[in-house]
Amino acid sequence: MTTLKELSRREERFTGGHRLCSGCGAAIVARQVLLAADGPVVIGNATGCLEVGTTIYPYTSWKVPWIHNAFENVAATISGVETAYRVFKEQGKLDKDFHFIAFGGDGGTYDIGLQALSGVLERGHKMLYVCYDNQAYMNTGIQRSGATPKGASTTTAPHGKLIPGKIRRRKDLTAIVAAHHIPYAAQAAPHAFMDLVRKVEKALAADGPSFINILAPCHRGWRHGPEETLEVSRIATNTCFWPLYEIVDDRWKLTYKPRNKLPAEEWMKFQGRFAHLFDGDGHPELVAEIQADVDREWEDLLIRCGELPPRECGDEEEKK
Amino acid sequence: MAKTSVPQIKMPLTGNDAGAYAMKQVNPDVVAAYPITPQTELMQEFAQYVHDGDVDTAFITVESEHSAMSACIGAAAAGARTMTATSANGFALMWEVLYIAASLRLPITMAVVNRALSGPINIHCDHSDSMGARDAGWIQMYAENPQEAYDLWLIGIKAAENHDVLLPAMIMYDGFIISHTMEVVETLPDDAVKDYVGPYKPAYAMLLDEKPFTVGPLDFHDYYFEHKRQEIEGMERAPAALAAAAAEYEKLSGRHYGPVETYRADDADVIMVALGSTAGTARYVVDVLRDQGKSVGLMKLRTFRPFPHGEVTDALGKTKCVVVCDRVASFGAFGSPTFMELRSALYEVAERPLVINYIYGLGGRDTGPDLLEQAFEEGLRVARTGEIEQHVSYLGVR
Repeated sequence: MTTLKELSRREERFTGGHRLCSGCGAAIVARQVLLAADGPVVIGNATGCLEVGTTIYPYTSWKVPWIHNAFENVAATISGVETAYRVFKEQGKLDKDFHFIAFGGDGGTYDIGLQALSGVLERGHKMLYVCYDNQAYMNTGIQRSGATPKGASTTTAPHGKLIPGKIRRRKDLTAIVAAHHIPYAAQAAPHAFMDLVRKVEKALAADGPSFINILAPCHRGWRHGPEETLEVSRIATNTCFWPLYEIVDDRWKLTYKPRNKLPAEEWMKFQGRFAHLFDGDGHPELVAEIQADVDREWEDLLIRCGELPPRECGDEEEKK
Repeated sequence: MAKTSVPQIKMPLTGNDAGAYAMKQVNPDVVAAYPITPQTELMQEFAQYVHDGDVDTAFITVESEHSAMSACIGAAAAGARTMTATSANGFALMWEVLYIAASLRLPITMAVVNRALSGPINIHCDHSDSMGARDAGWIQMYAENPQEAYDLWLIGIKAAENHDVLLPAMIMYDGFIISHTMEVVETLPDDAVKDYVGPYKPAYAMLLDEKPFTVGPLDFHDYYFEHKRQEIEGMERAPAALAAAAAEYEKLSGRHYGPVETYRADDADVIMVALGSTAGTARYVVDVLRDQGKSVGLMKLRTFRPFPHGEVTDALGKTKCVVVCDRVASFGAFGSPTFMELRSALYEVAERPLVINYIYGLGGRDTGPDLLEQAFEEGLRVARTGEIEQHVSYLGVR
């Protein structure tokens, strides 16, 4: 396992000077992933903040081969590159080993790119798909996505007099990916950078497709300070809103268990997008629902990870 | 039969067989495709070649046509010779990425087995699929029969990969009418095809060259236009590349392929223009009417993109009436695509012919000799009287 000291000596292949916001979670994620991916690598990028902010022609922040095709197809595009690589290896035209990494935001992954992602996972391409999940369509201006949490105010599900932001829950994308039975899947967050790096290394070493869902706080959309990106990421894991775990060959394992599980409120109160839930009369019923969702999902995860015994059928009824 | 430098091997092949066989002989690095009627058979046959070890190709069985073209783009950007095929709705699903393939200057080649676009849903032939993408930046050639489907795909690869061009190419053949009809096709020996297409040499460093190479960056008002101009100029160089590829192919096969092909048209008062399988029917009708002493001929339009305006004016400039048959409707336009392009090409001809347009055969409506004869008769009336009653009308619709 690579040490921090070793990482600090590696060449920065995602360079500064790009036009992402200061404090952008996606930029931190991209840099950490690329640091972890030692050796030749080809990057694919779905349309989104990371793509438009780093490759404004004639400039590029990527000191590695990089391709952007469209919004919904980064998985398919990189699968084509990986396939060409495999053929060239078989033909003896290429001897170097390459890694293949696709980056997509939550819009490009949970929503419009879900089909292409599912396709590459099922077909077994040896590539890592990284979803940098900032929980809305941030590039177009904070529109709600399938990853936007319940209660958050976005520009297409705003807090209004009648409807207090998004009223539906997020999809559990990592579990959807896990249902493809790929060798490696994980959730990570940028404040836990050694955990993230270790997960990227494991993912790239996997014999087949791998996937990491990485929380990428967006202070423009989440409404916190640009210097608070890593703090909000930390609170997300300590409230169990964003648990850190990995799934190796269908075995689920927690990689972080908070000593004291904080109330979800602490995570929400940190961000302006949830402010309407607490201002004035607020929406205590919604806050309670969100807490119940987090608790239930956390318990499910503990059960999957073998930290709690499986629920018996009928348990829910007895509780009532 | 012209003398050829290699023996021709006669095989009974449908259009889809011919396409699959051409792919087998080319032995591309990567194929990514998704099944859709009437293309399906072609991909099934190719999958069999892959699973029997007859080719070295990696076949990506994608989950949609959008991913088929996306994976082709990835593979081509990695430096692989890449092919695919589709029809109708699958083709429409690729639409977005067709433009991206062309703008990235990736010489992917694709068979488009023409089928009517939904809706209503239909599986039979018309040209609404490929005609809709005539401005996507792809070379477009229409084959009349399985022989041309085979030959044009090989020529298309060579022209597309020409470093002066570097644009993708699509080869069209009519769904069912050609795709499922067996004819005797003269094929080239494997080695001859291999030598003809040669090893694929990308023009630039590609993704697997390990150099920092950014493909598909954000291109704003300060550069986008120049890049589009370069793409347009690549297409402007395509006629020369196609002519060179066809000339080399003619030496091997004895078969000549220009962008247009005329039949008994030199002295004709009326010339019909048709694409694809209808050209074969029209040739028969020309003979029938010539036997009756009527002055008619045919111009088959083989290459639609780049549109061969020079060849079109040469072929049609001296006639009295041109009857353009379009197997596609362009809603709200003055006539269908071939009519529009061709009429525009004739604008500066001193004594330009009158041009009428027939929309025919939508959704696979059978278009027999009787219907084409009806169109020729109207053309003869226009040629005789100098008066057009209706510029755009239908053939064979209730």
